[in-house]
Amino acid sequence: MPKLASKEDLEAMGRQLLSKRQKMTKTLILCGDTACKAAQAQEVIDAVNKELLAQEVDSTVHLRVTGCHGFCEQGPVAVIEPGNVFYCHITPEDAHDIVTKTMQNGEVIERLLYADPISGEKIRTESEIPFYKAQDRQLLSQNKEVNPCSIEDYIAIGGYTALAKAIESLSPEEIIHEIKVSGLRGRGGGGFPTGRKWAECYEAPGDEKYVICNADEGDPGAYMDRCLLEGNPYLVLEGMMIGAYAIGATKGYIYVRNEYPLAVKHARLAVEQARKFGLLGEDILGSSFSFDVDVARGGGAFVCGESTALMASLEGKVGEPRAKDVHTVVDGLWHKPTTLNNVETWANIPSIILNGASWFASKGTRGSKGTKILALTGRIKNTGLVEVAMGTPIRDIVFDIGGGATDGKAIKAVQTGGPSGGCLPVDKFDLPIDFDVLYEAGSMVGSGGMVVMDESSCMVDVAKYFLTFLQDESCGMCVPCRLGIDRMLEIITDITEGRGTPEQIDLLEELADTVTQASLCGLGKTAANPVLSTLRYFREEYEAHIKSHQCPAGVCKALIEYSIDPERCTGCGRCIRACIHGAISGEKKEPHVINPELCQKCGICRGECKQEAILVK
Amino acid sequence: MNMSKLESILKGRSSQPHQLIEVLHDVQDSYGYIPEEAMREISVFLGVPLIEVYRVASFYKAFKLKPSGKYVITICNGTACHVRGSQLLLDQVASQLGIKHGEVTEDGLFSIEHVNCLGACALGPIASENGSYHHKMTPAKLRKFINSLSRQEKEEVKHA
Repeated sequence: MPKLASKEDLEAMGRQLLSKRQKMTKTLILCGDTACKAAQAQEVIDAVNKELLAQEVDSTVHLRVTGCHGFCEQGPVAVIEPGNVFYCHITPEDAHDIVTKTMQNGEVIERLLYADPISGEKIRTESEIPFYKAQDRQLLSQNKEVNPCSIEDYIAIGGYTALAKAIESLSPEEIIHEIKVSGLRGRGGGGFPTGRKWAECYEAPGDEKYVICNADEGDPGAYMDRCLLEGNPYLVLEGMMIGAYAIGATKGYIYVRNEYPLAVKHARLAVEQARKFGLLGEDILGSSFSFDVDVARGGGAFVCGESTALMASLEGKVGEPRAKDVHTVVDGLWHKPTTLNNVETWANIPSIILNGASWFASKGTRGSKGTKILALTGRIKNTGLVEVAMGTPIRDIVFDIGGGATDGKAIKAVQTGGPSGGCLPVDKFDLPIDFDVLYEAGSMVGSGGMVVMDESSCMVDVAKYFLTFLQDESCGMCVPCRLGIDRMLEIITDITEGRGTPEQIDLLEELADTVTQASLCGLGKTAANPVLSTLRYFREEYEAHIKSHQCPAGVCKALIEYSIDPERCTGCGRCIRACIHGAISGEKKEPHVINPELCQKCGICRGECKQEAILVK
Repeated sequence: MNMSKLESILKGRSSQPHQLIEVLHDVQDSYGYIPEEAMREISVFLGVPLIEVYRVASFYKAFKLKPSGKYVITICNGTACHVRGSQLLLDQVASQLGIKHGEVTEDGLFSIEHVNCLGACALGPIASENGSYHHKMTPAKLRKFINSLSRQEKEEVKHA
């Protein structure tokens, strides 16, 4: 494979690959993302491959295994082109029918179509499904076009032309200006203006500079970075290359979570392929720009999402943050000027360069431009990855795209921004996805996690969950964070176990204030947010725990009792078999009883009972 | 401990202290944990004080200083899995196997881990067994799954 020596080389290759691609008249696009693989996608892929060979259509039907399509709840999913036919919940047994009927004869298989949960009507194409219709999928839609192990796929759809444009016709200053004007802000959590960061790094003295892609997606409940890096690593890499050219870096790192093995694999492959094509290395595309990238695996520490801790980790050290008296754009990795951006931020760069800053800035609000990928999860019908224009109200995302609550339960809150964010109640659902608006409301956009909670979630327990997480993840270096989180967790535990006093709420607020003011890094500075936001919007739940020793949601074990409704119980014995503590007894076809002495209130029986006879009070 | 695997991991990385975390990952992938002998070798080879090697190995969650069971059952406790009842799965697996997370059963077959997020949030709660994911887990499904692994193990012993 000769290296691409110029922009013209790249464009010629793109045209050639595209025409080759267009010769395949039918394409079956299967999602091979981690989430779909959890739902047996690999078995489906193997079965389809076998069928294509057996029916001897492997030369006319193109099977493209891609990254995430977004609608993970319906996985494994497939799209068939032409026609945009969308199949969901595919099993390996369906492979034969898909190849014979749909791929060979153009027949649509009714049973595999998505059924609208309200009308029950079968929907034929992907674009008509409400989950997709309400989105603006600028970044995510590319996943479907690219096999993440094939740089050719990416080049065929115009990949690396933004890089070519940048190095051939734009100066570093012009690129930085373009990014500034676009209004792009960091997608990792902080929302810092990307163009300003680049400008400061560009102006910082020194010949040796670095760019880093932060793919250490530590927020539990967020997985957009995994999907971008797994599904389209080329796009992220192209963004990094443009950034490196602009600030004058010759070396870059992708710091990726080791818990994402597929993302590690695909990122490494993308780097290798780019080197082979001459897109990384010396004199890229015939210019004087030289740049290379290494992939480094994270060690599973949440604090490494913080830029200075991440850089320490890249240097092979313990991931402890340091004070940012001098910013990392001046004094970063190995004390050199360093630009660190999150995966999604880098992924936005190529289209800004190609389409212009004003195109990007035409979407969104005054202070938050472009689109944002959100991980919509929790107690709603349509869970998955969604991409919407900034400014879209939370309500539209939860109800129009997310399809509302499961099991007819009332939705109570949405948790945004991970452990640094907060919980917003339903009456705040008209707020738009906007960095500044959500911050003022006591939460944050963060990296884009949106965990929907219904009446079965206890908000005090949610605060306890995050404090437990943060206590575990605090690196322990500074006292306010290490001890402050400990003490807050002690108080919250008292409250959830019925020992809380009204004065403790004041103490909790005071502690929260201290931890926020005095902690060294972002982890500590935002650690109190889950407590503060639940206190702000769900104070009555705290009061119910303290004053009447009740957990309204029936979650906090010390405050609830399990019993069996004798009217509903049919005596089937399922709960007896399920109870790991041997706390349930009863004769067959007679109402069963729970022994409160033995019951550990784990709730396993409740999930098992078909009659909904297990009561929690 | 088989030193040849370690030698090939360390090859080409002499006196490169910044490679420490990558080396530890490779050691863990090969040996299943970070043996003390390996830490001593790494220290000399990379030129990092032993105490620093230990500090890094014990700081990051990814590294285990003790061997795991043959089957590592990992329960995801991310926010999305949490609100869908991942705690029930932890209760189930802990009481079924009689061990807490981070421990190994006496016969060395099972160990339990929990992880902050596996990134398959839309299909939670997620449990994984040696890296293969199982979606929308319930305590009952998990109980049956672990029972089937135990049965499979007994069969293998019988035929061995």
